[in-house]
Amino acid sequence: MDNPSPIVEMRGITVEFPGVKALDGVSFRLFPGEVHSLMGENGAGKSTLIKALTGVYAIAAGSILIEGQERRLRSTADAEAAGISTVYQEVNLCPNLTIGENVMLGHEVRGRFGIDWRATHRAATEALARLGLADLDPRRPLASVSLAIQQLVAISRAMVVNAKVLILDEPTSSLDAEEVARLFGVIRRLREQGVAILFVSHFLDQVFAISDRITVLRNGRFEGEYLRRDLDRATLIAAMIGKDLDALRALGSQRHASERDGTTAPLLRANGLGRKGSIEPTDLELYPGEVVGFAGLLGSGRTELARLLYGADRPDRGQVEVDGSVVHLHSPVDGLDHGIAYSTENRRDEGIVGDLTVRENLILAVQARRGWARPLSRREQDEIVRRYIAALNIRPADPEALIKNLSGGNQQKVLLGRWLAVHPRLLLLDEPTRGIDVGAKAEIQAEVARLADDGVAVVFISSEIEEVVRLSERIVVLKDHHKIGEIVNGPDVTADQVVEIIAQHDSGMATQEVSA
Amino acid sequence: MSEARAWLRRLVRRQYFWGIVAILILLGLNLIKDPTYLAIRTNPATGNLAGNLLDIVRASAPILMISVGMALVIATGGIDLSVGSLMAVAGAVSMEFLNPIANATSVGAMFAAVGLALLLAGVLGAVNGVLVTVVGLQPFISTLVMMLAGRGVAKVITSGQNTTAVNEPFRWIANGYLARLPVVFLIAIAVVGLVALVVRRSALGMLIEAIGINRQASRMAGVKPRGIIISVYVMSGVLAGIAGIFAVSSVMTVDVSRTGYQLELDAILAVVIGGTSLAGGKFSLAGTVVGSLLIATLDKTVVFLGVSAAATPAFKAAVIIVLCLLQSDVRALLRRYLTTVARRGPSGGEPASAERAKPEVPANREEVVV
Repeated sequence: MDNPSPIVEMRGITVEFPGVKALDGVSFRLFPGEVHSLMGENGAGKSTLIKALTGVYAIAAGSILIEGQERRLRSTADAEAAGISTVYQEVNLCPNLTIGENVMLGHEVRGRFGIDWRATHRAATEALARLGLADLDPRRPLASVSLAIQQLVAISRAMVVNAKVLILDEPTSSLDAEEVARLFGVIRRLREQGVAILFVSHFLDQVFAISDRITVLRNGRFEGEYLRRDLDRATLIAAMIGKDLDALRALGSQRHASERDGTTAPLLRANGLGRKGSIEPTDLELYPGEVVGFAGLLGSGRTELARLLYGADRPDRGQVEVDGSVVHLHSPVDGLDHGIAYSTENRRDEGIVGDLTVRENLILAVQARRGWARPLSRREQDEIVRRYIAALNIRPADPEALIKNLSGGNQQKVLLGRWLAVHPRLLLLDEPTRGIDVGAKAEIQAEVARLADDGVAVVFISSEIEEVVRLSERIVVLKDHHKIGEIVNGPDVTADQVVEIIAQHDSGMATQEVSA
Repeated sequence: MSEARAWLRRLVRRQYFWGIVAILILLGLNLIKDPTYLAIRTNPATGNLAGNLLDIVRASAPILMISVGMALVIATGGIDLSVGSLMAVAGAVSMEFLNPIANATSVGAMFAAVGLALLLAGVLGAVNGVLVTVVGLQPFISTLVMMLAGRGVAKVITSGQNTTAVNEPFRWIANGYLARLPVVFLIAIAVVGLVALVVRRSALGMLIEAIGINRQASRMAGVKPRGIIISVYVMSGVLAGIAGIFAVSSVMTVDVSRTGYQLELDAILAVVIGGTSLAGGKFSLAGTVVGSLLIATLDKTVVFLGVSAAATPAFKAAVIIVLCLLQSDVRALLRRYLTTVARRGPSGGEPASAERAKPEVPANREEVVV
């Protein structure tokens, strides 16, 4: 299987955005007949690398060789002409056309009078059959089949255009186990046909199941290229989060049981709370004045769980009690009514209101609580604005600046201020420190500690496990949509231990408490 | 002097600046044809003011009403195509109500007619809002349905007749004078002022903008988009009702198939000319007023200049296209083009920096081919 010459070779790739190096001298190789996984946490540069390879982003330095020839890819069309096809998480096909039409789009068989539909559908059936999808009826409208099937159709389509390289970006994120198995069947078939497959997923188990080779990126840099058979999970996670391997090996085994003394009543208790496809039923207790960290890789269910606790998504099983009585959290308004606030990880789409000012963004939640008919007076606004701009050191300290013009860190501080201004009893902070500079990070961490001192229950979610360990009194560990453990933090607990739990946990096992 | 310049620069940067310029140009055209066009006379019989400018502001009243409603709806990221039809509904209700009333001077009857008309227009606006938020139909489709249904409702109300009525107080709304000025214009200004006050003095304006800019983020911040969007459609409906009353009051007849016909398009234009993006978000009521005045000026100018009826739509379209070009990035493109030309000019000086970078491009292109 070891083919001596790679079909794609990227050397020293650097991609720059204003003020940021998204990729810094990254190298990457892709061999025919091989599944190569690209791994890394948020902001590691996975999608930037893919976009550099598909001609979406221009490279500032480095070279891309395809079949040994240096190529400049200026657009997705260039990439496609070079034999590189991409299937994205959101399938970009035409849902209103039939499966066959989608597979053959742009390659319809021509007859004497325009398109020969019968031949076109026959060709589509053949293309599908080559991937073991002969049971699909090419005349069914695409919209009538599940997302998983649509993805397979997208792959068939990529094969019709004779792709030599197939990029699968998070193809399994919304598939169930059976659908994943079917997708993997197709991937293996393609591998036998000599296609080079670049696979991106946050599910460690899937990566280990399907990959031949794994490249890890971290903070825009190349971390290492490994053969799967030489790699264990701990090494992989260590590379992803940048831990020293020896330190990880020398792990102590001083994990603590998660037990409270029982004198304080929990502020919130979740019993079997879950939602199909996002988080398996989970039990959880949150206490006033306590910082609880959710640790887990991206896609582990950490965000999904927090969203259920806020009401951003509707749970479809289990229940939540606040102060001992059952509550229904069906919308953010419900969460806020019970003193729960959630700061999203998706700052741009669900956080800031870009064209409004810092002032308006800061007061938005408070104003929404009061309703439109009772506007905050200018004085009340000024008080909130002055207070949080000072307390969180928001720069520029200009309340009338549009928030979209602030740096990411300062946008995040404005959002934190928005939630502090409603005086929540439970504050769920999802990746509040992602992509922001060290100074802003320290300020946000200090604010979290201060909040807990004031008796607020805080849930702190971060990709940086060290940060979780540093801040949290208790750590809930999640993996592959399951809560797999809970650790009471202490001086002996280190990020390595958390990593070890994640690495060693077999996701097939039932949820279990980790005890000493 | 620099202060005056800064003020001027701010004015030019306002989206509706070009709307004001367009109004002035149109008035200038009229002035060329008739040097007394802008003169304001005093009617010797009544002491009221008269003249072309007063005709324009009077004509702008209905469009002003529906444009303001339209601006709010567009700010939420929606659109209201039903305002023209709701004008007909409101007109039909008031005429049908006043028709059998013998007392032609009853002020009470006038108020009842106005109240009923606005109530029904508001209810139909609420139906729009519910279709958009609760049912989840696209605003375009929901209000298109209401645009078609509204005419039907108007015809049902009048049994298909173009009902007329006699009621002096109602007629006074569009034809009367107060302090020597047309009542209809004063009412329109008062209503716009009231809407501006409600929207900008309460938090409604900010929440509307927040929803229009980022509905998902607004929801996550605890805003209830549903109630706000419904109330915006109700406001648009009521404002269309007022416009409908203005329209029928001037002739005391409702023409169920002509009253308010296609005015929704004028309203959308007025909003866009005023600098509110059709994508939703930030809205400008002042700009919308400018846009409405421009539409009214344009209508009057077309008639005054004697543009043939057949060519009227084309003339209107041409003016609006030029205006949209001026507001868009074409201005920046034009400026860049002019500076490039100037630098290349007779002096033969240094080429612009953008020019210097250019030779690389073809070189790279060749590599791709090879």
